[in-house]
Amino acid sequence: MSSGAFLQLGSRGRTARRPALLVLADGTVYRGSAFGAESVQSGEVIFNTSMTGYQEIVTDPSYAGQIVTMTYTQIGNVGVNPEDEESRRPFLSGFVIKELFEEPSNWRAEGSLDDYLRDHAIPGISGIDTRSLVRRIRDHGAQVGVLSTDPERQDEAELVALARRTPGLDGRDLVSEVTCTEAYEWVEGLWAGVDGQVPRASRPEASLHVVAYDFGVKKNILRLLVEQGFRVTVVPATTSADSVLALNPDGVFLSNGPGDPAAVEGVREAVRSLAQTKPLFGICLGHQILGLSLGGETRKLKFGHHGANQPGQDLSTGKVAICAENHGYAVDKDSLDRAGEPVEVTHVNLNDGTVEGLAHLEKPLFSVQYHPEASPGPHDASYFFQRFRQMVERHAAGKPVTGASIARGQAD
Amino acid sequence: MPRREDLNTILVIGSGPIVIGQACEFDYSGTQACKALREDGYRVVLVNSNPATIMTDPETADRTYIEPMTVDAVEKIIEAEKPDAVLPTIGGQTALNLAMSLDAEGILERHQVELIGADSRAIQKAENREEFRSAMGKIGLRVPASGVAHTLEEARSIVASTGIPAIIRPSFTMGGAGGSICYRDEDFDELVAWALDQSPTTECLIEQSVLGWKEYELEVMRDKADNVVVICSIENFDAMGVHTGDSITVAPAQTLTDREYQEMRDAAIAIMREIGVETGGSNVQFGVDPKDGSLIVIEMNPRVSRSSALASKATGFPIAKIAAKLAVGYSLDEVSNDITRETPASFEPTIDYVVTKIPRFTFEKFPLADSVLTTQMKSVGEVMAIGRTFKESLQKAIRSLEIDHAGLESPALPGGEEGEAKLAESVEVPRPDRPWAVAESLRRGMSVEDVYRQSSIDPWFLRRVEEIVRAEADLRGADSEAREHWLREAKEMGFSDRRLAALWQVEEGEVRALRERLGVRPVYKRVDTCGAEFQAHTPYLYSTYEQECESEPTNARKIMILGGGPNRIGQGIEFDYCCVHAVFALREAGFETIMVNCNPETVSTDYDTSDRLYFEPLTLEDVLEIVDKEKPEGLIVQFGGQTPLKLAVPLAEAGAPILGTSPDAIDRAEDRERFDEMLETLGLERPAGAVARSAPEAEVIAEEIGYPVLVRPSYVLGGRAMQIVRDQSALRDYMRFAVQASPEHPVLVDRFLADAIEVDVDAICDGERVVVGGIMEHIEEAGVHSGDSACSLPPYSLSRSVTEEIVQATRKLALELGVRGLMNVQFAVKDGRLFVIEVNPRASRTVPFVSKAIGRPLAKLAALVMAGKTLDELGFTEEIIPSHYSVKEAVFPFVKFPGVDTLLGPEMKSTGEVMGIDSEFGRAFAKAQIQAGNSLPSSGTVLVSVRRSDQEQVVEPIRVLSELGFDILATRGTGRVLEEAGLSVQYLNKAHEGSGNTVEEIEKGSVQLVINTVESEPESIKDSFSMRRAALQRGIPYSTTLAAARASAAAIRALSEQSIGVRSLQEIHSRIEGTPEG
Repeated sequence: MSSGAFLQLGSRGRTARRPALLVLADGTVYRGSAFGAESVQSGEVIFNTSMTGYQEIVTDPSYAGQIVTMTYTQIGNVGVNPEDEESRRPFLSGFVIKELFEEPSNWRAEGSLDDYLRDHAIPGISGIDTRSLVRRIRDHGAQVGVLSTDPERQDEAELVALARRTPGLDGRDLVSEVTCTEAYEWVEGLWAGVDGQVPRASRPEASLHVVAYDFGVKKNILRLLVEQGFRVTVVPATTSADSVLALNPDGVFLSNGPGDPAAVEGVREAVRSLAQTKPLFGICLGHQILGLSLGGETRKLKFGHHGANQPGQDLSTGKVAICAENHGYAVDKDSLDRAGEPVEVTHVNLNDGTVEGLAHLEKPLFSVQYHPEASPGPHDASYFFQRFRQMVERHAAGKPVTGASIARGQAD
Repeated sequence: MPRREDLNTILVIGSGPIVIGQACEFDYSGTQACKALREDGYRVVLVNSNPATIMTDPETADRTYIEPMTVDAVEKIIEAEKPDAVLPTIGGQTALNLAMSLDAEGILERHQVELIGADSRAIQKAENREEFRSAMGKIGLRVPASGVAHTLEEARSIVASTGIPAIIRPSFTMGGAGGSICYRDEDFDELVAWALDQSPTTECLIEQSVLGWKEYELEVMRDKADNVVVICSIENFDAMGVHTGDSITVAPAQTLTDREYQEMRDAAIAIMREIGVETGGSNVQFGVDPKDGSLIVIEMNPRVSRSSALASKATGFPIAKIAAKLAVGYSLDEVSNDITRETPASFEPTIDYVVTKIPRFTFEKFPLADSVLTTQMKSVGEVMAIGRTFKESLQKAIRSLEIDHAGLESPALPGGEEGEAKLAESVEVPRPDRPWAVAESLRRGMSVEDVYRQSSIDPWFLRRVEEIVRAEADLRGADSEAREHWLREAKEMGFSDRRLAALWQVEEGEVRALRERLGVRPVYKRVDTCGAEFQAHTPYLYSTYEQECESEPTNARKIMILGGGPNRIGQGIEFDYCCVHAVFALREAGFETIMVNCNPETVSTDYDTSDRLYFEPLTLEDVLEIVDKEKPEGLIVQFGGQTPLKLAVPLAEAGAPILGTSPDAIDRAEDRERFDEMLETLGLERPAGAVARSAPEAEVIAEEIGYPVLVRPSYVLGGRAMQIVRDQSALRDYMRFAVQASPEHPVLVDRFLADAIEVDVDAICDGERVVVGGIMEHIEEAGVHSGDSACSLPPYSLSRSVTEEIVQATRKLALELGVRGLMNVQFAVKDGRLFVIEVNPRASRTVPFVSKAIGRPLAKLAALVMAGKTLDELGFTEEIIPSHYSVKEAVFPFVKFPGVDTLLGPEMKSTGEVMGIDSEFGRAFAKAQIQAGNSLPSSGTVLVSVRRSDQEQVVEPIRVLSELGFDILATRGTGRVLEEAGLSVQYLNKAHEGSGNTVEEIEKGSVQLVINTVESEPESIKDSFSMRRAALQRGIPYSTTLAAARASAAAIRALSEQSIGVRSLQEIHSRIEGTPEG
C-alpha cells in the first residue's frame, strides 16, 4: 500500500474516501470527506443547533444561499422520507456535519441522506471539527464560505479567493429563486402521526380563505393553516396586491423565506396595500417584510438564530415557548418607533432580547419572527395559527379586531 | 414569579442508604438542592440517615439530622425545627414515600407544613398504577394493557386480550418478588399461581408485554408559570424488557425523526400537566414500536431521579439545583444558566457530542444470583462517557467500567458448535456481557439484521458496533505504515491505546510513543448546554480527537484529584465523599482543583465542585493525557479507592507528581512479604500466614498454620473472592474454582482468628505526627468483611489498655511507612492479643462516618497535609473521643437477588451504610438498625435457631427478650438449651423437617424477629437458607451472628426504656468542641 491510497478504516477495502474542502473567506480551511453531490458551492456559513430534523432543515427554502453546519454530530441516522420534506427540493448551498450514516434506521425511512443530497445536487462535507467551525462563526460572525466536493478542485487558495469574491446575503433577493411560479391550492393537513400520541384537536370547517405569499414557504405552515380550517391559495412572491384582492381572501399570510428582507423586490408595497384592508399574519421573513412595510428597518444579526431550543417569551403572559428559530436578520424596534406606526413588540428572544413578534395596535396585523410551525422543533408556539384563525374570523364577521387585541387574548 | 417570601425554613428529605436503584445520584441532587436553597437565604433542615454523603456534611445544611427516616423521627424533627415546607422530590423514592406517609398521617397538616415541588395528589397520581392509567386515558395516551387478577381464571381472561409474552407483577411484594415474564402459553398458569401465592393479598397484575420495543426517556422540567422544557432525551441501547437502570443508554435519542420526537415531547408535557407536577423535574419513560412508531407510556417519576442526574451531567444543565429554585417560586426564565451566564434556564439544552452510560454490575459477588437482566434493576453503579461520536463514547465508556475491558474484545468461548450456541444465547438473552457477544457475532460475520432479530437492539447501534469490529479487522492486519496512517482515525473512533496494543500485539507504551511521535493527541471540548452557540464559562471538559482544544489550562497552582470511577460493592460513595473533600479543602487553601472521574452519579462530577472537571475514563492513558495538558503540581490518588490507587505506580513511573504517601509506601503495605518484614521490625503481630503462588504451595502453608484459614487474592478491595476455608478439600476447591494462583497473582493464606473482635482505625499522619481519627469496634466477629459489619465509635467493649495499644501500633505503622495523609488499619483482638490484619495507606470507606462521629473533616485535613501542611498547623493534634456513640450499620441488596443467601462472610456484599447516633450504645445501635430497614420490634415473637457453639451464649440475649415479653420459638437443639436455662420455648421444625416449620411460621406473619446462626457446612447452610430468605422477603429483622443478636436484644431493651430522640449533627458537634475529651 502506498501512502495516499489508503482506504477508509473499517471499510475492508471497499471505500476510498472522497475528498472535500470547506474554506471560509477569512482563510479558515477544513478538509473532510465528501458526500452528496460532486460540486463547488459558495454560501454564507451558518450553524443550526437542532438535534433532530436534519431533513426538514435541508429542505427549508429559508436556507437558500447558505451552507448549513449541524452542531449535533450524528446525522443521517433516520434517513429521509417523503413526508418530512418542507419544500419541493433543497435550496441550501451545502451541508456540513461531523459524521454521516448511510444506512438509516427508522420505520419511515425510504432512502439515505447521502443519496438524497446527491439527487438534488447539494454537496456535503463530513468528518471535520464542526464544533471549532461553530465557535469561529459564533466569535467572528457568519461569513461566506466555499464547499468543494469536486476532487479536481481541492486547492485551498483558489477556493478562499472564490469565497472572498462571493457576495454575502445583504442586498441579495433570494426569494425569487425559491418562490413558486404559479398560484396553487394547498389542501394537505398535518401528518397523521403515530398511534398513541396526544390526540389532535379536530379541524374547524373550511369556511375561510387565506392567500399565502410564498417567499419560500415551508409545507408545515400550509398544513397548519389547513388544520385551522382555512382554504389555502399559495401565490408567487411577485403577486400584486390587486391580484391577491381579486382572489377575495379573508386573510393574507406572509411566509418565511431566505436572505435579506430588504432586498425582496416589490413585496413591501403589496403588503402595505393589503394591510389596509386584510387581516395579515407573517412568519420569519414574512414578519420582517411586515416590519419593513410598516416603515421599520431590519438589521443583520452576528450569526443569527438557527435551532429548535430558543426561548421565546410572550410578553403579554410572560410565558416562555421553546421555539424553532431560523433567521439571520431581525426587525429593529427603534426603527418602528421612529416610523411612528402604532406597533408593539409582543415576543422577544430571552437569550439576546431580539424582537420576535409584532402586533399592530389598530389594524388586524401580527407577525412572529420564529417558527410556530416548528418542523423541526417543538410545537409550543403553534397557538399563533389559532390566533390567526380568530383574527380572520372576527374580521370576516365585521367585529373589531387588531393584532394587539389578539396577542393579548382580548378578542373574545 | 419571584422567590417565595412566605417560606423561611425548608425541610429537605434525603434518600437514605445506597441501595440498588437508589445510589449516590441523590447525594448529588440533594447537595445541589441544599446549596441552591441556602444561596437564596432559606434555612435548610436536612434529614438523611446516610453518613457517607456530602449532603450530610454539617456545612451543607443549617441543621443536619442523621436520624432514622421514619414518620416518628421526622415528626420530632418537624417539632424541633418548625419548617414551613418540605421538599420531597430530590431524595428518590425514599423521600417521596416518607413525605406521603407524613401527609397520610396528618403530620404535615398538624404542623402546617407545606409540600413543595410536588403535592401529595400529584405523587399519588404518578405512583398509583390505576390512577396513572386513568390519568393517561384522560389525555388520550396509552399505557400497556393490563388487568388485576385474584384468581387463575381472572388472569386467563386478562391475558386473552393482553397476549403472550405477558408481564406478571404480584402486588405488595418487596423488590418485585414473585414477578416474572411469561414467554410461553404453557408456563402461564404456573407463573400466575406463583405470583398469587407470593402476594400477601393474592393479587397480581397481568400486563401486556412490549418486549423488543425501543425505550426512551425524557427529562422534563416545569415551573409555576407552566413553562415546560425538555432537558434531555435518552435512548436505550437495550430494548424494552431490561430495566432502564440496567440498560446501556445514549443521549440524545438517535433513531427518532423530528416528527416522532416532537410527538413524544408533546406527550411528556401533557403528562406533566395532567399529573400536576407543579414545579421541578420529572422523567417520563416511553416505549416505541420499531415497526410503526406506536407510542406507549411506561411510567413517570414526579421527582429527580438517576436519569436526571445522568441528564444533568450529559448536558451541563443542573436539574436538581433548578428544581429547588422552581420549588420556591422562581420561574425558569428568572434563573440563569450557570454555564453561559448570559442566557436564562428557560431553554432546552442542545449537545454536540454523544453520551453513553453503561451500568456496572457485581454479579461476581453473588455467584448464585441470576445475571439475566429483567424488569428489576440489578446494577450497582454506572459510568458515563462523552465522545463526539457514538463509537467514541461507547469505547470510552467501556474502558471506564474497569472490568478489564479496553474495548470490545472477543469473549472466551468454547470452540465449535458449543461456542456458536453459547454465543447465540448471549446475544439473545440480556446479561452484562451482551455487548461483547454482539460484537463477536458481528465479527464472525453474522448480519446486523440477524443480530437485531435476536437481540432487538436497534440496527443503528449494531451498525456502529459493526464499524468498530471492521476497523479492528483492518487494524489487526495493518503493517507499520498502515498503522501510522490509521492511528488518528482509530483514536477518533475511540480505540484505547491498550486495545490497539492488543490488536497489534505490542505494549501499550509503544502505542503511546507512536502517538506522541505522530502528534496524535486528544483535544478537550467543553460541555456547555448549547452546542457552542454561547461561550462557556465552566471548564467542564471531555477528550476527543479533533483539531481545536478548548481546555485553556491556567498558570495557577493546581492539584489534580482522581475520582473513584463507577460505584461497585466495596468502592462506593464514601470514596467520592473523600475526593470531594479534597477538592473543597484545596480550593479553600488557594489551589486550582482539577477533578477526573467518569461516574455521573456523583458530587465530584458536578461542574460546580472543582475548578475544572474532566469527565474521562480513569485509565493510565486518559489520565496521563490530562496530566500532560494541565501539568498540575500534584496528583491525589489515595482518595478514590482502588481505582486511582492502581494507577499510582505507573503514573509515578511516567513522571506524574503523586502527592502524599509515596507509591512505594503503598506497595510496602500491599506487598505481603515487604509488609511482613515491616511488622517484624516494628514488633507487631499478625495472624500466621504466607503468600502462595500455586495451589500446592497454598496447601503446604495451610497445613503449617492450621485450619481454618482465610484465603484471598492479593490487591483486591471489598474482599473480592475472600473465603474462610476449613479443610484441605475446601481449599482445593477454592484454588481450583475461585482463583487461579500464579506468580503474578499470588494468593494470601492466613490463619483465621475465630471469634476475634475486629477493629478499624482511621488516622492521619503528616510524617511527624500521627493522630487517630477514630477507633471502630466491629459488632460482628472476625470473618465478616469489615464493610459489612456494624461498628461502634468509640469501642463499646474494648478495654482502655487495648485501645491504647491500638493507638501505639497505628502510630508506629504510619511513621514507618512515611504516610502523608490518611491511613486505615484493621486489627483483630483475640484473647487480649492484638493482631494487625491489614494496613491501607489511603482513604478508607469509614472516613465519612468517622468525620461525622468526631466532628472533624478527616479527608479535608488529610488533603491539606498532602499539600504540605502539618497537623500542628491544622490544629488537629489529638484524638477526639466523643461522649456519644455512633454506630454504623451496613445495608444489603439481598432482596434484589432471589436465590442468594443472606449470610455474611469475608466477601463484602453491602451496598450502603447508615449511622445511628445516641448517648447510649443500645439506642445508637437501635437507630442504626431502624435506618438499615431492620425495624426492631418492641414485642411479639422471636424465632431462634443457632449453631451448637452459639447455643449457650444465645441464652443471655433471649432472656433479655423474654423479660421484655417476647414469646420464643426455637428449633429443637437451640430450644432445649434455652429451656434448660429456664426459658419457656415453643418448638418448631427446621424447614427441611416437614410441616410446622420455621418458614411456615415466618410466612404466616407470626414471627417478628429471627436469630439464626449456622455451622459452616454447606448442608446446614442449605437447610436454613429458606428461613433466612423468608425473613428477608417479609421484611422481618434478622441476625445471622451471635454478636448482632446480642446487640439487637440490647437495642430492643434500650428502646423499651426510652423512645428515640433526635439531635442535629451541628448540636452534637458543638458539644464535642465544647468539652474536648481528647
